[in-house]
Amino acid sequence: MIRNAREGTEATSDRHENAIRTRNLNLWYGDFQALLDVDLQIKKGVVTAVIGPSGCGKSTLLRSVNRINERLGYVRITGGIEVLGHDVYEDGVSLPRLRKEVGMVFQRPNPLPISIRDNVLFSLDLHGTRDQGPGKGVKEEIVERCLRRVLLWDSVKDRLQAKATKLSLAEQQKLCIARLLPVKPSILLMDEPCSALDPKGTAAVEELIWELRGVYTILIVTHNMAQARRVSEECVFMLMGRIVEHSLTEDMFAAPKEKQTADYIEGRYG
Amino acid sequence: MFQATKRDVRNKNVEFLWRLLFLTMTVLLVLPVLIILATLIVKGGPAISLGFLFLEPTNGMTEGGIFPALVGTLWLVAVALLISVPLGVAAALYLSEYAPDNWLTRVINLAIINLAGVPSIVHALFGVGAFVLFFGFGTSILAASLTLAVMTLPVVIVTTRESLLAVPRAFREACWSMGATRWQTIRRVVLPNAVSGILTGVILEVSRTAGETAPIMLTGAVFFLPFLPQGIFDQTMALSLHLFVISTQVPNVPEHLPYGVALVLIAMVLMLNAASIGFRVYLRGRKKW
Ligand SMILES: Nc1ncnc2c1ncn2[C@@H]1O[C@H](COP(=O)(O)OP(=O)(O)O)[C@@H](O)[C@H]1O
Ligand SMILES: [Mg+2]
Repeated sequence: MIRNAREGTEATSDRHENAIRTRNLNLWYGDFQALLDVDLQIKKGVVTAVIGPSGCGKSTLLRSVNRINERLGYVRITGGIEVLGHDVYEDGVSLPRLRKEVGMVFQRPNPLPISIRDNVLFSLDLHGTRDQGPGKGVKEEIVERCLRRVLLWDSVKDRLQAKATKLSLAEQQKLCIARLLPVKPSILLMDEPCSALDPKGTAAVEELIWELRGVYTILIVTHNMAQARRVSEECVFMLMGRIVEHSLTEDMFAAPKEKQTADYIEGRYG
Repeated sequence: MFQATKRDVRNKNVEFLWRLLFLTMTVLLVLPVLIILATLIVKGGPAISLGFLFLEPTNGMTEGGIFPALVGTLWLVAVALLISVPLGVAAALYLSEYAPDNWLTRVINLAIINLAGVPSIVHALFGVGAFVLFFGFGTSILAASLTLAVMTLPVVIVTTRESLLAVPRAFREACWSMGATRWQTIRRVVLPNAVSGILTGVILEVSRTAGETAPIMLTGAVFFLPFLPQGIFDQTMALSLHLFVISTQVPNVPEHLPYGVALVLIAMVLMLNAASIGFRVYLRGRKKW
């Protein structure tokens, strides 16, 4: 996918199970270590929630999967991350291709200040070559399909040319998910996608995440445990840069294996 | 219960005094501008005619029009813009979008800001040394416009940089996370959202370029030339220099003439500014760029 050549023995078996795998991942912001020995296997097609108190490194973990953290000059990483069986920190990995495969949704909806339609087509414009881009009619089909997929079509179909920033926050967030879909990613990273939304908007986006389950591998950060329970199938609990527990969501909430997890779930930390 | 106490009354009075002070300051600032404009219109207005605009000066510059100077100033401004806008915008893009945030970048930024404070006569001497003599452009429109461009580059760079910085980081992050390269991000998101700020910088530059006298006097503009410049290697007349010459160097100039020149110069700057504002509005109105 990201790099076609590699046909490793181990990678082949991984590819069918794990969408993301980190090995001994350590990350420093300058002198501050934000991730410690993170070993994680995120299954394909499953919604995995990452929970933990604020500042424990959830965003950092997400942002190292699509390598968006590197913009900051002072980030250092050891260990590895594989996406679909391919090491993404290897030389020669193309960031545009990685980010095409691994889409990201941010805490604050950040549609571009262009029309709804152009937002959806933006990633296609980035990744399509000039002469072999889809024709006009195909584009309109793509817009409709992606907006339907995120349950937004009916409310915006009459105003596709309106500025995306005029939509409600929940609609903007759905649009931010929709705009990832035209380039057919397999993994969606969502960093607290509902924390800027009101309860109704939250419910709408959660419904959407549930809807996308199975088709996309979704890694969603949330500090809202009720949300983790509602939307995820597996759950990862982090504390101070470490993975404390990774299990099925129902198990984690019914019978946490670690004391720290139990303490957190019962609300004994922030 | 809701009666004003002594303290409330005092607060109200203080409030009034401050307001009055700020208003006075504003009026004091605006008033001179209005007076200057009024004087120019009253005293220079009678000089304006088609002949004044489209004929050359005659009789030792005490009669006739200002056409060669008008055309010359347009040349100078246009060539200076063609040089400084691409250069300045490119430099600003590099500094704010590509350069790492380290001490060297900060020193460069500081240097650029300080460059904006260099007196124009110093730029003039630099222009003579560099463009007239070293590059051998002679005294020409090219040398004069290059000097003007160097002089106004800091303004272009600083205003461009500021308008780039004003583009929300969230837009860039959205772009990067979709796999856009830096250039794609700049071209599709950063520039379209910064362009009106950049044009503001250009407007400032136009006004300054058109009005400067010292830098062009030594590098390409001449007192009197009986023909129009044919290209960038020619010398030229210019409105600002012409104004200087007929108000200080030439005897027996009728009083309305310098005022007329000044009026034309100001009108031209205003018109160029209006054009860039119009362009800005047009760009903002367009859906994409
Ligand atoms: N850009 C950054 N520079 C320096 N430190 C950072 C940066 N981003 C995050 N951190 C630090 O790394 C730790 C983890 O942050 P983050 O991943 O944002 O936590 P979370 O998303 O779980 O709240 C925090 O202590 C935070 O202060
Ligand atoms: Mg976070």
